[in-house]
Amino acid sequence: MQEAIVAEGLVKTFGSVRALDGVDVSVPTGTVLGLLGPNGAGKTTCVRVLTTLLKPDSGRAVVAGHDVLKNPNEVRRSIGLSGQFAAVDEYLTGRENLRMVGELYQLSGRDAKRRADELLAQFDLADAGDRPAKTYSGGMRRRLDLAAALVVSPPVMFMDEPTTGLDPRNRMALWRVIEELVSDGTTLLLTTQYLEEADHLAHDIAVVDHGKVIARGTADELKAKVGGERVEVVVHDQERLTEATEMLAGFGKGELGVVKLQRRITVPVIGGAKLLAEVIRELDARGIEIDDIGLRRPTLDDVFITLTGHAAETEDGNAGGEGDDEEQSEAAPQRGRGKAVKH
Amino acid sequence: MSMVADSWVIARRNLIRMTRIPEMVLFGIIQPVMFVVLFTYVFGGSMKIGDTTDPDVYKDFLMPGIFAQTVTFATAGSAAGIADDAQKGLMDRFRSLPMARGAVLTGRTVADLVQTALTLIILAAVALMVGWRTGTAESTNAARILAGFGLLLLLGYAFTWIGALIGLSVRTPEAATSGGIIWLFPVTFISNAFVDSSQMTPWVRHIADWNPFSATVQAARVLFGSPGVVQSDAWPMQHPVWASLLWSVLIVALFRTLAVRKYRSAVS
Repeated sequence: MQEAIVAEGLVKTFGSVRALDGVDVSVPTGTVLGLLGPNGAGKTTCVRVLTTLLKPDSGRAVVAGHDVLKNPNEVRRSIGLSGQFAAVDEYLTGRENLRMVGELYQLSGRDAKRRADELLAQFDLADAGDRPAKTYSGGMRRRLDLAAALVVSPPVMFMDEPTTGLDPRNRMALWRVIEELVSDGTTLLLTTQYLEEADHLAHDIAVVDHGKVIARGTADELKAKVGGERVEVVVHDQERLTEATEMLAGFGKGELGVVKLQRRITVPVIGGAKLLAEVIRELDARGIEIDDIGLRRPTLDDVFITLTGHAAETEDGNAGGEGDDEEQSEAAPQRGRGKAVKH
Repeated sequence: MSMVADSWVIARRNLIRMTRIPEMVLFGIIQPVMFVVLFTYVFGGSMKIGDTTDPDVYKDFLMPGIFAQTVTFATAGSAAGIADDAQKGLMDRFRSLPMARGAVLTGRTVADLVQTALTLIILAAVALMVGWRTGTAESTNAARILAGFGLLLLLGYAFTWIGALIGLSVRTPEAATSGGIIWLFPVTFISNAFVDSSQMTPWVRHIADWNPFSATVQAARVLFGSPGVVQSDAWPMQHPVWASLLWSVLIVALFRTLAVRKYRSAVS
């Protein structure tokens, strides 16, 4: 399959910081690559190089068949960029914004107008089309920004953290739009710090940390790297916790994790659903009441920690970090890690 | 890819913005009107032009200076607008589009020129209301008066390119506003705009005579037939119309080149 995006050995330093430290990326035509990493990992710098906004210190990149450094204007004709914050003119109406972008993509005035109308309808903004973008909600602005990136239906799209700062409902809505786009054959490079988002949208994931791609593969391949399944049990009575732990140790293939306060026991297992049924029967036979039980597969969160040795949370608390901090701090302590966590 | 068409798209966008933020245009007009009133009525009686302190003479002397200062204040607007576009990510959007290299900045400066012209028309009307008159000499005619306003607008246009460079060089619109305006005070005050520069200390006077801003003020006075034309051996004071044209063209050439280069490589 032909590659729509190829980057080899991209290096970019800002002062003493190596934002890109030899990044290689390739995205086959019609597929989605998710660049996953914490803030400051180099994701945005990578997108800026590939979209001709920034010259790398060394390395080469070819997008839609055109060399980014030699033929930047040819690249610009073939790409759409949707940035980290909604890059629309807030004093212009949605329609005026889209017409302006269309004309700057060198469409005729009439084509730009027609295309603006189409996109407003497609992105559910028809009613708001003649209101200044200032009056739009966050989700509407993000849709308008995405629509602006799609004015010429470019074969290659770049989205830099498209859902950062959106509420869950708007995030889901945007995911659906992105899925439709990809089903139409658009090649997409997407950056995200939401593990769930990369899992949901991307065919391939490249984990980026400190300016390097440290792992690459499908979500399943990456998860396989950290190992297999775990059974997670929440015992009803605090007094039965020790007994349940001892019992579960008999099923486990590795160290147990116990979170006393939550009465939660996590144990790595081999055998999947069949084994889960055995565990339930055994618990029942002993009369140990449970609040919750389940078979957990490793999450990308686990993948990230295994690969980088640190959680995928913001290192320097940069722009747009607040939303994820919340999510991370909530998610991290609750999920079993496959290793014993003694509290 | 057309420079003219792309610049027009951007200029139109900025003009639409101005209609949506009328208060910005309004403040741009109020400030010079305030200056006209303050200088005329507060300083008017104590300023010596030639050998007279007649307030009416000072009024006629002052107006070309105020006009020139007003057009240069457009610098701050350009700087702030461009810094705002960079901060909001719009600059990245534009830079990722297949459009002409200088169009984003040219469109901005052209829109600012339209605003400056509007401000200047209103200011001239206010000046007429407080008693400003162009000279009555035979040589003063409509064509020369229009030429005077033309040179003023050209100076304003040239200065907005300095503003464009400032806007691209700072991180926030607030910094761009201050950075676009503070240096204008020495530039517009060490000049012939508000006082007769031939009465200054020799070294200050030398600066004033060669100040690009002074050339346009002097040119406007000559073309309007205003009193207080500076008598000096300095070439720009002797040939103010040519000097004004030359300075403005030079500023555009230099700062346009620098600003467009910066635009291409800017990291926002």
